[in-house]
Amino acid sequence: MAVVGRPLVHDSAVKHVQGAAAYIDDIAEPARTLQVVPGHAPSAARGRILSIDLDRVRAAPGVVAVLTAADVPGINDCSPSVGGDPVFAEGRILFHGQVVFAVAAETRDQARRAARLAAIEVEAETPAVTVDDALDRNTEVLPPYEFRKGEVVAALDASPARIGGTFRIGGQEHFYLEGQAALAVPGEDGDMLVHTSTQHPTEVQHITAKVLGLPDAAVVAECRRMGGGFGGKESQATQWAVIAALVARATGRPAKIRLDRDDDMIMTGKRHDFRVDWEAGHDADGRLTGVDVAFYGRCGYSADLSLGVNDRTMFHADNAYNYPAARIHSRRLLTDTVSNTAFRGFGGPQGTVFAERVMDEIAVRLGLDPLTVRKRNFYAPAGDTTPYGMPVEDNIIHDLVAELERTSDYWVRREAVKAFNASNRILKKGLALTPVKFGISFTLIHLNQAGALVHVYSDGSIMVNHGGTEMGQGLYLKVAQVVAEEFGVGIERVKITATTTAKVPNTSPTAASSGSDLNGMAARIAAGAIRARMAAVAAAEFGVPAEEVRFRDGRVFGGNASIGFGDLAKKAYLARVQLSEAGFYKTPEIHWDRPSATGRPFFYFAYGASCTEVTVDTLTGEMRVDRVDLLHDVGRSLNPALDIGQIEGAFVQGMGWLTTEELVFDRAGRLRTHAPSTYKIPTASDVPADFRTALFESGGCRADTIYRSKAVGEPPLMLANSVLSAVFDALAALRPGRVPPLNAPATPEAILTAAKAMRSD
Amino acid sequence: MSAPRTAVRYLSAGRVIEVADFPPMTTLLDHIRLERRRTGTKEGCGEGDCGACTVAVGRPVDGRMVYQPVNACIALLGQIDGCELVTVEDLAAREGRLHPIQAAMVEKHGSQCGFCTPGIVMSLFVLYHGDGPVDRKAVTDQLAGNLCRCTGYRPIVDAALEACAGRGPGSVDAIAAAEAETIAGLAAIDDGRDLMVGTAESFFAAPASIASLAALVAAHPDATLVAGATDVGLWITKQLRHLPKIIALGRVAGLDAIADHPDRLEIGATATFAAAEAAIGAIDPDLAELWRRIGSKQVRASGTVGGNIANGSPIGDSPPALIALGAELELQCGPDLRRLPLEDYFLAYGRQDRRPGEFVRRVIVPKLGPGQVFRAYKISKRFDQDISAVMGAFRLTLDGGRIAAARIAFGGMAGTPKRAAATEAALVGADPADPATWAPALAAIRTDYVPLSDMRASAAYRSEVAAALLEKALIESAGAATDLTRITGQREARLDRVA
Repeated sequence: MAVVGRPLVHDSAVKHVQGAAAYIDDIAEPARTLQVVPGHAPSAARGRILSIDLDRVRAAPGVVAVLTAADVPGINDCSPSVGGDPVFAEGRILFHGQVVFAVAAETRDQARRAARLAAIEVEAETPAVTVDDALDRNTEVLPPYEFRKGEVVAALDASPARIGGTFRIGGQEHFYLEGQAALAVPGEDGDMLVHTSTQHPTEVQHITAKVLGLPDAAVVAECRRMGGGFGGKESQATQWAVIAALVARATGRPAKIRLDRDDDMIMTGKRHDFRVDWEAGHDADGRLTGVDVAFYGRCGYSADLSLGVNDRTMFHADNAYNYPAARIHSRRLLTDTVSNTAFRGFGGPQGTVFAERVMDEIAVRLGLDPLTVRKRNFYAPAGDTTPYGMPVEDNIIHDLVAELERTSDYWVRREAVKAFNASNRILKKGLALTPVKFGISFTLIHLNQAGALVHVYSDGSIMVNHGGTEMGQGLYLKVAQVVAEEFGVGIERVKITATTTAKVPNTSPTAASSGSDLNGMAARIAAGAIRARMAAVAAAEFGVPAEEVRFRDGRVFGGNASIGFGDLAKKAYLARVQLSEAGFYKTPEIHWDRPSATGRPFFYFAYGASCTEVTVDTLTGEMRVDRVDLLHDVGRSLNPALDIGQIEGAFVQGMGWLTTEELVFDRAGRLRTHAPSTYKIPTASDVPADFRTALFESGGCRADTIYRSKAVGEPPLMLANSVLSAVFDALAALRPGRVPPLNAPATPEAILTAAKAMRSD
Repeated sequence: MSAPRTAVRYLSAGRVIEVADFPPMTTLLDHIRLERRRTGTKEGCGEGDCGACTVAVGRPVDGRMVYQPVNACIALLGQIDGCELVTVEDLAAREGRLHPIQAAMVEKHGSQCGFCTPGIVMSLFVLYHGDGPVDRKAVTDQLAGNLCRCTGYRPIVDAALEACAGRGPGSVDAIAAAEAETIAGLAAIDDGRDLMVGTAESFFAAPASIASLAALVAAHPDATLVAGATDVGLWITKQLRHLPKIIALGRVAGLDAIADHPDRLEIGATATFAAAEAAIGAIDPDLAELWRRIGSKQVRASGTVGGNIANGSPIGDSPPALIALGAELELQCGPDLRRLPLEDYFLAYGRQDRRPGEFVRRVIVPKLGPGQVFRAYKISKRFDQDISAVMGAFRLTLDGGRIAAARIAFGGMAGTPKRAAATEAALVGADPADPATWAPALAAIRTDYVPLSDMRASAAYRSEVAAALLEKALIESAGAATDLTRITGQREARLDRVA
C-alpha cells in the first residue's frame, strides 16, 4: 500500500509548531463578540436555593447580559442520556461548582470580575462526597447491574483457598491543555452556528437546539480540532456551547465562552473513582476458581454517561483472565459532587486494575512470581467465554506476553530485583509485567455507525469530511490516508476539513477508540463508490473492462494507457458523472441484550502488555519509574507513528492516574485540587529514559476492520497497570507473604501508608 | 534625574513596540493575544503551571543575546520593558523555513493535539540558544514547566536532543542570524530612565535605581511591589484582586547583585532563582538539587529569592534551606537598613516583620564551615514543578564524630518556615553512626511541629516524613552512599565523607 501504513506526520504538525493551528479561542472573533463567564455559588455543595441576587453582577462595568434558568427558551437540560443535568441550576444546588448563571460582558476580565459579585443564598445540607457517604445514604443515579457466570458461591466454597478484601481506585481529571470553549454566532431566522471544542458535535447540535427551542436543522456545530479531549469533551463540552448559544440568542451578538482552568476543573466531570469489594478462590497453582466482586462507582449528582462507564468496568473486570465462575456486581452511586463522565477507557481501566490486583494477591499468598500466576489464568487461545457470555476467539495474549517476556528480559531482571531488595533496607525495587485485553465497539449498539462525505472536484482535488473529531490522535490523517489509498493518490491531494453537523449528520461521539474503525470505513465506502464511477469512465476511454482499471501514483491505468487522476476527474465531470458520495458504515456482527447480559458486544479485542520496573523509597513513599517496555497490538497499523504516539501517550496518562494524580475533595464537597499547582499530571522527567515501545506483529485484525487495523485510543492506557503492580511488588518485598494494602493512586503518601502496614506487627 | 518615561518599549520581530496606555495589571499574555492578536501563544492554566503560554524574553549579556522562558500568563506587560519578546510566530525564517526545534518537533511526531506545542517549542528554543551541553536531563529540566497530556513526552525529548545536537554554523535559525541587529535595537531603547505609566492613582512603575525605588515606595506605601510576579501574577489572574499601583523591581540597578565572598553569599532581593543557581549550588549539591526543583525553568527565570522570602509563604522552598544555613535578611526603608535572622522575619502565617515603606534588600547566606554537613530534601507528589508537602533542611556541625550543633528548618510543617528547636537541642552529642543515639531527636521532631492536613498531604504523613528525613540526614551524615538512601538527587560519593 502506498499511503496506508506509512508513518506520516500529523496533518497539523507544521501548524502546531508555529502556533498557526487555530483552536476555538484563536478564531478571529466576529465584530461585537461578547465574552461569557459562568457563575456558581462558591459556598454551597448541596441545598435549596433561597435567593439569587444578581443586581451587582448586572451593574458591573461592561456587563451586557446575565442569564439564569428563567432565560432558557427551551428545555433547561444538557444531559447526554436520561436527563438531570440542568444548564443552569433550578431550585437546588446539586454540587459545588454547579452553574447558576452566566454573565456576558464586553471583555472576559469584566465578565470574570462581575461573576464574583453574585449573592446566592443556599439552605446548606451536608453533602455525600465519597462512595462510602453514598453507600451510607443509599443513593444511586441508576439501578445496580450484574453479570453472572456459573455458580460463584459454590465455586468459592469448594476452593482450596479464598482471598479478598477492599481497595480503592481514584478518579482522574482529564486535563486537556485546551480548556472547554465555544463560540456561538447567531444567524438569520434564529439559526445558530456553534464553534465548539467537542468530541460530539451532533450532541452539541441536538442539545443546543433543545435548550433554545429550535429544530435540530437550525443549529450547526463545527469543530476543526480540540486541544485534547480524552473523554472530557464527550458530554462535558455541551453545556458551554449551549450557554454561548443562549447568550447569542438573547443578545443577537456572537458570544464566546472559555472556561478558566479552575472553573473547568470544578465544573466538569472526571473519571469515576471506585471502591472495590471482592473475593476470589484459587487453587494451589494460583488458578482462579471463581471471582465475586462489587464495584461501587462514584457517579456524582447525575447519570451522565455512568451507565456505559460502569458497564464497561464490569466488561473489563476479567481483563485477560478466565474466570471459571463469576459474579460481577455494580452499583452506580449518587454523590453531591460533579457528575463523573467518560475518560479514556470509559470505566474499563478500573475493571482491569481490579483483575491485576487479584493476580498480585494470589502471587503474594502463594509465593509465586506474579507473571507465572497471570499466565496460568489467561484465557485460552480459543474456547473460553467471558462473564458476559461472549466467546474469546481472537486471543493473542499468550504470544504477545511471551514476546514481551523475552524482549524485556523479565526473568533476568526479576533476579536482579530480588538481589537489590535483599541488600537494601530503605529502597526497594518492584517489577511487573501485565496484560491488556480491551473490547472494541460502543456497548450502546446504535452508536456503532458512521458517515463520511467525499467530494472529488473537477481538478482532481479531494475533500473529505466525516463524523469523527480531531483531538490530537490523528484521526483526520488516518481517514485521509484511507481516502488517498482508495484513489491511488498522494496524501497532499486530500483536503482535510473541519467536522460539521452540516455535512455529516447524526454522528456518534469520537469515543470508544472507534474513530478510525468507523469513520475510516465510511470514508472508504464513499471513496470506493466514486472510484467505481470514475473507473467506468476510464474503462470507456481505454476500452478495457472497469475491473481492470487501476488507481495508483496519482494516475489511472487501463490496458497500456493511463491518465492523470485530475484529468480523469475532469472527463468524468464533463460526462455528467457524480463525483460526490456520502458513505455510511455500521459495525457488523455485534449485538447486546443488556437485560439478560448476553450477546457479543465487541467486534474484536485489542491486546497489549507492558513491563515496568520501579524503585520505592520506603522511608518517604517516593517512587521512581526506572524502565518501561510496551508491546501493543494495533493489527495492521494505518499509521505506525500515530499509533506509537497513542500508545506512549496513553501509558503516561495511565501512569499519572495511578501515581501522582490525586483528586482531593474536602468534607464540604469542594474539590481542593482544582488547578495544575495542586493536581499533578506527569512531567517529562517522570517518563523513564529507558522507555521502549513496539508494535506487536499480529498479522492484522481477525475481524474485517479498515485495512485490518485495530483501535488504539484507549487500550494502551491500561498498560500503565504494570506501574501500580510494580509498586505493589516493591512493597511486597518488605515482608514476604503479607499483602501490601496499596490503594490507587500510589502517591508517596499511599505508598508510605502501605509500607508502614507491611512493617507493623 | 530626568523625568520618567511614560511608555513601555520592547522589541518584537525587529520592531520596537511602544505601549503608552495600559492598565497596570495587564498580563503579557493578554497583551499578546488580545492587543496584538497573535494567537500562537496559548493560555492553559493562567497560573504559570502548564507552560502553554511560554514565550522567550531576550536580554543582551556580554554582547550575546540571552533568552529566558517566561510564563506570559502571569508576567506583566510592563516587565518586558527594554527586552526582546520572542513568540512562537517569530521562530520560522521569513521564507517559511522552520527553526531547527520546530523542524525536529515535526519530524519526531512531537505534537498531537498541538495546544501545548507552542510553549514547548519556546522552552526548547531557549534551550537551543543556551550554550550549555544538552543531554536528556537538561531537556527534562527545561520542560519541567511544560505539561503535555498527549504524547508522553518521549518524542519531544527526542526532538530536543536531535535539534540541539545539530546546533552551530549552518543551522537555519533566523533568531540567531538577527542577533547583532537585535542587540543594536535593544541598545537604542535602553535609556536607563525610570518608567512610570499611568497616574498617581493607578500606575505601573519600574524605577531604575535603588534611590528612585526608595522614594517611590515611601510615596506610595500602598503600592504592590512586584519582583518576578510568579505569585503576584496569580493575585491578578486567579484572585482577581484590584492592584492599582504596581512597582516592578526588575529594572532597579544593583538590587539583583550577587556577591560571592569566601564565607558567604549576598543575594540581592531581585536576583532570580536562575541567576543565583550556580552560586547557591556551589555551597552544597543538595542546594543545587533543591534549586532545580523549585518551580520550573520559567518560574526560576522570573521568580526571585527575595520574593520567595518576602511573600512569607509557609511552603516556599528556599526559606527552610536558607534558615538552616543561618541566613540573615536585610531590609531597607528610605536610606535605612536593618538586619535580622531570616527565621525571625516570619512572624506567623501571613504575617512578616516588614514595616510600612520597607522592602527586602538582600539575603546574606553563610557558606558551610569545617565539619558542617548539609542536607535538604523536598518531598512532593511529583518530582518536578510541585509544591512541597514537606521540605526539610539540616545543617549538622560534627566534631569528633559527634554532633556539636544542629540547625534544622522545615517548610510545610507549620504556618511559617520554622526551626526545629527541640530536635536541634536533642541532637547535640548524638552520633550519626549510632542509631541508638538518635532516639531523643526522633521523638523531639514530633513535638517541634504540629502540621496540618491539606490537598498535598495529611498531617500524619507530614509528621512521619519529617522524622524520616531526619533519619535520612543522619544516615547520610554517617557516610551512607546516597544511591542507597534516595531515589532522586544522588550526591557524588566523595562529597559524602565530610565527617
